[in-house]
Amino acid sequence: MIAVGLLAGLSSGIHAQQPPTTEVKIDNFSFSPAALTVAVGATVTWINRDDIPHTVVSNDGAFKSKTLDTDEKFSYTFTKAGTYPYFCSIHPKMTGKIVVQ
Amino acid sequence: MADQKQNGHKVEDPCDDGVDRRGFLKCMAWAGTGLVWTISGGIPVSRAFSKNAGSPANSADLTFVQISDSHMGFNKPANTDVIGTLKTAIDQINGLATPPEFLLHTGDISHLSKPEEFDNVDQILKSATAKEIFCVPGEHDLLDDGNGKAYLDRYGKNAKGAGWYSFDKKGVHFIGLVNVVNLKAGGLGSLGHEQLEWMEDDVKHLKHSTPIVVFAHIPLWSVYPEWGWGTDDSAQALAYLKKFGSVTVLNGHIHQIMQKVEGNVTFHTARSTAFPQPEPGKAPSPGPMKVPADQLKSVLGITDVNYVTGKHALAVVDSTLG
Repeated sequence: MIAVGLLAGLSSGIHAQQPPTTEVKIDNFSFSPAALTVAVGATVTWINRDDIPHTVVSNDGAFKSKTLDTDEKFSYTFTKAGTYPYFCSIHPKMTGKIVVQ
Repeated sequence: MADQKQNGHKVEDPCDDGVDRRGFLKCMAWAGTGLVWTISGGIPVSRAFSKNAGSPANSADLTFVQISDSHMGFNKPANTDVIGTLKTAIDQINGLATPPEFLLHTGDISHLSKPEEFDNVDQILKSATAKEIFCVPGEHDLLDDGNGKAYLDRYGKNAKGAGWYSFDKKGVHFIGLVNVVNLKAGGLGSLGHEQLEWMEDDVKHLKHSTPIVVFAHIPLWSVYPEWGWGTDDSAQALAYLKKFGSVTVLNGHIHQIMQKVEGNVTFHTARSTAFPQPEPGKAPSPGPMKVPADQLKSVLGITDVNYVTGKHALAVVDSTLG
């Protein structure tokens, strides 16, 4: 939440470079959007809107949420460019990726 | 009643479809229906289940009950009283004409692996007249910070690895498998190399005539891979069981009854005691299905399994909670 506040505070300065959304919604056993492109330094927040718990775990171990019950959130700040595929370790058919440019 | 409409879905009644044959067979039984499977010498025979069709048991027979997916701690609209429905299930088990010798729980005992959730289940299970309970974990049972330590401390004292083990009862060999750990991105359930090696060794010295019951949380056959309802390396496990005349595979996870008979193997999934899930592909996701409160108990249930000594037969009987 601190990171989100920081982004809001900076938004007037870097607004042009920021993608319109940095939130990934977990709903119906899927990540939406499944692929999200953000700028280096952006913080992405996942929020679980399902009745079932999920996790957000990067394939290479760069980030790993705790178990997110309904309406719980997880945020991660991407400081390096690259492609970060991730999945739900409870329901591994659920996959997504963050592209950091 | 080859076809019947129920809740707007077409229901296939496998009982009228010449099931006394070998080969692929997919059966579905829906709310309010039941089915008995008898496997005799590898030839599956089925008949419609009636609650009054109890068969007299002698002391050499073996009867046990499978319960699954109690999801203790779940409190969403699909069922706000999972304590009550689990209690109903235990009451129903205690009222069976032939009391089971033990219970099998095929996982998702808890919803979030919290100590109080496991405590609640343990407390309710104390009211069961069957005192022995055998469990395998579901993915919801390994969500603690210790990645399953809470489950293993409580239920895995005689287990190996992530919680697998085997035991024998009246000549039937039971194998409890874990297919909910170390899951890979994009994949299905997984048994893993170490467990498969253990299993190969476990069954190596058994006689071919030994009836085998395998139980695990996620189905060991491909029910609906698009929703993750299958196990990536289950074919290897089943290969170790090819030499046996009678193999019964009991799973949970999908909160509805599905059955398939393939050669010497009968696959069966049990209903949940907590909430139903949709038929494969019939909803945007496999999330909890909300049904009217007065219908909930008709889509929850238990599975009663009877092994008749000498007849080389296992009968699987499903019944709903209401």
